[in-house]
Amino acid sequence: MAENIINNDIVKEENLVYKKTPLLTDKPLSYCPGCGHGTAHRLVTEVIEELNAQDSTLGVAPVGCSVLAYEFMDIDMQQAAHGRAPALATALKRLYPEHYVFTYQGDGDLAAIGTAETIHACNRGENITIIFVNNGIYGMTGGQMAPTTLPGMKSSTSPYGREVETMGAPLKMTELVAQLPGTYYVTRQAVHTPAAVRKAKKAIKKAFENQKLKKGLSFVEIVSNCNSGWKMTPNQANQWMVDNMFPYYPLGDIKVPEE
Amino acid sequence: MKELRLMKGNEAIAEAAIRAGVDGYFGYPITPQSEVLEYLTLQKPEERTGMVVLQAESEVAAINMVYAGAGAGKMVMTSSSSPGISLKQEGITYIAGAELPCMILNVVRGGPGLGTIQPAQSDYFQAVKGGGHGDYKMIVLAPASVQEMYDFVELSYDLAFKYRTPVMILSDGAIGQMMEKVEIGEQKTRLTDAEVKEKCPWATTGKDANRERNIITSLDLDSNKQEIFNHKLQAKYKEIEEAEVRFEEIETEDAEYLFVAYGTSSRICQKSIQLARAKGLKVGLLRPITLFPFPSKRLKELSKQVKGILSVEMSAGQMVEDVKLAVECSIPVEHFGRMGGIIPSPGEVVEALEQKFL
Repeated sequence: MAENIINNDIVKEENLVYKKTPLLTDKPLSYCPGCGHGTAHRLVTEVIEELNAQDSTLGVAPVGCSVLAYEFMDIDMQQAAHGRAPALATALKRLYPEHYVFTYQGDGDLAAIGTAETIHACNRGENITIIFVNNGIYGMTGGQMAPTTLPGMKSSTSPYGREVETMGAPLKMTELVAQLPGTYYVTRQAVHTPAAVRKAKKAIKKAFENQKLKKGLSFVEIVSNCNSGWKMTPNQANQWMVDNMFPYYPLGDIKVPEE
Repeated sequence: MKELRLMKGNEAIAEAAIRAGVDGYFGYPITPQSEVLEYLTLQKPEERTGMVVLQAESEVAAINMVYAGAGAGKMVMTSSSSPGISLKQEGITYIAGAELPCMILNVVRGGPGLGTIQPAQSDYFQAVKGGGHGDYKMIVLAPASVQEMYDFVELSYDLAFKYRTPVMILSDGAIGQMMEKVEIGEQKTRLTDAEVKEKCPWATTGKDANRERNIITSLDLDSNKQEIFNHKLQAKYKEIEEAEVRFEEIETEDAEYLFVAYGTSSRICQKSIQLARAKGLKVGLLRPITLFPFPSKRLKELSKQVKGILSVEMSAGQMVEDVKLAVECSIPVEHFGRMGGIIPSPGEVVEALEQKFL
């Protein structure tokens, strides 16, 4: 009878169908419930585990919601000044060319204050991986307008909606960096459904494996939600993302290496 | 056998970096220090020692590359001149906050703003008092010759790694551009990655199974912990002040008046001493070699011997404040300086001494 089953009867090795990768620490995530960062963190650490690269991976955390990424990933990491992560990763890769080096950045960090560092790291073809989580808003600082905020989208600094005439159009960094000869693999993914998660995982793994080829930078955008900043429930936010973010930021590979 | 070369100050720094076994240089062109990057690229250090040399997209990117390299335990450096050093302040305070060792060269030019490309000493406050935000300091070395440009490279790294702190070589456009005879040291081998791991167990070199992960950050959201960290930093600066003061004295034994000057100004003052003494004025020079830590104790002692101190700087008067603090108003302290990229003549300095004290 169901009521006679206690927890210890269930939590047994043979019943395990899913567990967290050991490369995620036990520290509770600081992200809002429903946020895509947790899944993105998991995918990055799973890939590092699968590559057996805990001792040969150097990560760079940004300023933004994922500023504390180093608290959650059990690898050596550096925390960068706002926007400078690709500069850090450049130096790390040049000084440790056999290590896997990645940055994990949000859209304020990568597409606003770090535009120069991003474009030039891409243009130099640094053999690094950039994970770019785009939720169209500054989450950490409280929901301000980002370069990626959609036209008409409300934020705490565009309270009447983003006016393209005065605030510019949302910046499609991923399409932009795909134009540069230094990028080798550029893709846009999401983590809102199991199918999307599986695809994103494949993309991240490819982006890491590419580092061994030394053919240039791999760039993975993950379009994500910000239910707190968007002032929605997690489900509403995911639906809003599908209805509004995906048309502007279509998912899929943008630049794929020739076979 | 000694190897002697005729070199520019900027070239001497670059050659010293290669020979000291520096792992990485990250820079951006700006007059009057572009020879550092030019010399390094011409020398192919990637072939000579495996040193990484990278022209970054900006001074901001370059200093953040230095942050990363230092955080990974490597010997790294950048160089720039005043406007570029202003841009680097963000990175420098992060480097201080994360307690990372590195060397930063400032070949100072006149300011403010774009100012001029001629030599000045008007970045003293920025270098010595912090420059970036937050309570931090860095060790500041002031070379007065091309030889010292060369020698201070290794000294910088000794101090930087000993205290895990950024070290600035505060030069100026004259020292950077002028050519002098330099005695070149031997080529040192760069440390292997295994040696870096051993030397810097705190560095992000890749998390081995036998240690906790290493994190390089200057962030602590817990104010109590951040204050404890601030106290730790201040204790380190106190230790540096106790142990690392360096200065040179010239003709101070019988001096009745004292010049205090560093870098190019100290070279001018040496000639001024000769001119003054020919007139019967007993003048000596205290040349701070470390601007932080400042030779305050020695100045206090000398203040009991001399009647007045003239701080000679190519600025509106910055170091003079530290001289006054050191002697605690016990004797008159005056400033003489030229600005805008002008180097004072030895005669001008003597005239200033006479006007202010006689």
